[in-house]
Amino acid sequence: MPIRLEPRAAASRWVRYLAPVASALAAMIAGTLLFFFIGHDPAEAFYVFFVQPVSDLYGLGELFLKTAPILLCATGLAIGFRSNVWNIGAEGQLILGAICGGSLALAFDSVQGWWLLPAMFLAGGIGGMAWATVAAVLRVRFNANEILVTLMLTYIAGLFLSYLVYGPLRSPTGFNWPESTAFHGAARLPRLLDGTRMNAGILLALGVAVAAWVFVRFSYLSYQMEVGGKAVNAARYAGFGRNRMIWLGLLISGFCAGLAGVVEVAGTIGKLREVVSPGYGFAAIIVAYIGRLNPLAIILSSVLMALFFIGGEQAKVSLGVPSAITGIFQGTLLFFLLMSDLLVSYRLTWVGFASNSAEGGGAVDG
Amino acid sequence: MGEGPGQPRLKLRGIHKTYSALVANDRIDLDVMPSSIHAVLGENGAGKSTLMKIIYGVTEADAGTMFWNGAPQPHLSPARARQLGIGMVFQHFSLFPALTVLENILLFAPKGATREELRSTLKTVSAEYGIPVNPDDVVGRLGMGERQRVEIVRCLLQKPKLLILDEPTSVLTPQAAEDLFVMLRRLAANGCSILYISHKLHEVRELCHTATVLKAGRVVATVDPREESEDALARHMLGSMVPAIRHDAAHAGAERMSVLALSRDSEVAGGVGLDDVNLAVRCGEIFGIAGIAGNGQAELLEALSGEWVGAPAECVCLDGAPMGRAGVRARRRAGLVYVPEERLGRGSVPGMPLRRNSLLTTGFANFFRGGLIRQGPVDAFTRRCIEEFDVRPADGTANADALSGGNLQKFIVGRELLQSPKAVIAAQPTWGLDVGAARAIRQLLVDLREDGVAILVVSEDLDELFAICDQIAVLANGCLSEAKSASSTSVEEIGRLMSGRPVAGVGSPLQGGACADQA
Repeated sequence: MPIRLEPRAAASRWVRYLAPVASALAAMIAGTLLFFFIGHDPAEAFYVFFVQPVSDLYGLGELFLKTAPILLCATGLAIGFRSNVWNIGAEGQLILGAICGGSLALAFDSVQGWWLLPAMFLAGGIGGMAWATVAAVLRVRFNANEILVTLMLTYIAGLFLSYLVYGPLRSPTGFNWPESTAFHGAARLPRLLDGTRMNAGILLALGVAVAAWVFVRFSYLSYQMEVGGKAVNAARYAGFGRNRMIWLGLLISGFCAGLAGVVEVAGTIGKLREVVSPGYGFAAIIVAYIGRLNPLAIILSSVLMALFFIGGEQAKVSLGVPSAITGIFQGTLLFFLLMSDLLVSYRLTWVGFASNSAEGGGAVDG
Repeated sequence: MGEGPGQPRLKLRGIHKTYSALVANDRIDLDVMPSSIHAVLGENGAGKSTLMKIIYGVTEADAGTMFWNGAPQPHLSPARARQLGIGMVFQHFSLFPALTVLENILLFAPKGATREELRSTLKTVSAEYGIPVNPDDVVGRLGMGERQRVEIVRCLLQKPKLLILDEPTSVLTPQAAEDLFVMLRRLAANGCSILYISHKLHEVRELCHTATVLKAGRVVATVDPREESEDALARHMLGSMVPAIRHDAAHAGAERMSVLALSRDSEVAGGVGLDDVNLAVRCGEIFGIAGIAGNGQAELLEALSGEWVGAPAECVCLDGAPMGRAGVRARRRAGLVYVPEERLGRGSVPGMPLRRNSLLTTGFANFFRGGLIRQGPVDAFTRRCIEEFDVRPADGTANADALSGGNLQKFIVGRELLQSPKAVIAAQPTWGLDVGAARAIRQLLVDLREDGVAILVVSEDLDELFAICDQIAVLANGCLSEAKSASSTSVEEIGRLMSGRPVAGVGSPLQGGACADQA
């Protein structure tokens, strides 16, 4: 390679915080260029994707509607990521949360009561936590990689939900659609603003994010988890049990993802159906990193990601492109973030083609 | 490329480097001749490491020029430095712990080198210079001394013309250090120049032809160390007389920390376990454990600190209470503190500021309220630690990895000792530290001993052990020798025990698990 990476002596603090912003802008520009290459007017595409969806009150409502589950998942994941616990199966935990919360709503179909909604959230959180428990047990007991386990459990969760809505939970009056009966009023999140679909889920998500910020910023427990994430041996030396940190990282992120599942079924959807999330759990991984694992910053990155989701839907309608465009935007964003992070810590040096070979170690020396 | 006589191989002129407010190198001139062993002496923070990094191309100087065989080298990088023939053994080793010795060396080998070729070259080089390394050992499981050997061998494979060594003997036995000197002299005789950074003045006097003394980033003297006394060298470095360690006669009290018939296997493949280890440290006593890393030191320290709790409870006692099953934090609550060998990544968390690192092992009640951290008292503690132990830079927001090894160690020692301990474990407490800092830390340990604290020091540095310890035992091959009072034994005897050779010509050299010298 004629180019080599060399470590920078010190990366400045504000550059570190600027990098996510720069990558978000770069992803927007690259995405717009993509529209140009497939034959659309880039200005129009940009407008359709990023401006039009939020140009009216209804659109803003949609934005915050979608922000809620992303924010919940990303906040939980960030706490785990800080201690090097790689839960990438928030999507599966979200589905389990939806199943548990939704089942509770269906079980109390004939009972109205203020307590039903909190009970659903509790059940959903525990459901997400239970799903993460599987990964935690396998990791702690058998040292099975939680990345693989949580990812694979996501597919099992999806199939389990399909089984339920095609089988036991299918609505008898639903013309054989794979859906449950619609939840009644007490099992639905209240709407916040007339003329929008925005519901109280966003308040819950913001509350959780602020609580998580207090937790990571001030709590001794989070400090211990962070030590475990940054230096395993230091945690051992200090007597912070690694297994406890793994459990906590997985359970907290599982719980938050479970809440997100309930927000979806008790808010937007209002029943159980085959698909309850368009990939919020996966998007949350990127969101957590764009937010530098800081819950307050994650609020902003969640809004950005929600915009990508809405923009994708809008582009499908107005421009006739597949909604997979959202995935492309997410991928581009992640790519730019990783690249800018690399450039924050390293600089590129042109060393020419003639130079010899033993340079692979250059980055190690620093 | 004229390499005539009288032409310095490496010539530095006016090398200048500043880090924000700090002048690390102040217009430094340095000449290193071919075949010369050239010492660079200086306290922590005197700018030695910065200068070496500039020579090796890791750091770029703000001003000044480096000449290699008379030719200026404007744009230097580590790769370019290696091409020129500069090899460097870092103070913080740059090895990948997860890879084997051979794989680590392979990473630095020229393209096209195969594993098998390298394996045989490695064998040749390690035999030629008498540095034993097993190519298939995983580096993470090696002790510091063994890692250093790997670093040195890795440099030698590239047939360097200038070899930079940073504190190379700090982890070697006296005999092994002698072997290293023989090897370095042989290298120098073959034309290789050597830049030797050390704080051990007697070594510099014994080994080096020239010594350049740095103080606060400046060259304060260039002398022939063979003609200077140790005190004179120390005066150049410190600018004043180095205080000697006060060490009164022991007045040891009751048994504070004891190990009874502790046997265990190592948790790492190929590691040395412990075989029936017994020891007792009394109040007001410093107990030294000599030995080369990898002879069960890590295993013993883990068992004492509570990081490993696999033994029966009675195996480890604190103040008579069985603690063998108690975890790290329970033992700390019982008054034990521990200064580990690995400063970065164990004793402190890299990427975390000191004000957060001071929380790592401290459990003062006023640091917490309802599970939340009260940063105010923690900051006050950090400031106290920085002031009382002269940590530089005196800034609690500096990250642990931004400090030099010596300053980080002062911080860690401070953090541990400020907890009013009843018992102290210190592993290699002054490894890599300059004379001033090392003496300060040793004095602290001696002072604590006067206050009736029980102290266990695990070290490879015999000078250190003899300077401060009341009792000395040797851990070799997982067996602990009988403790001897420091006044009734000698460096030679301990050195022989360290290398696993029996003291009086009885029996054959130790191999496997046998402990011939235990009777």
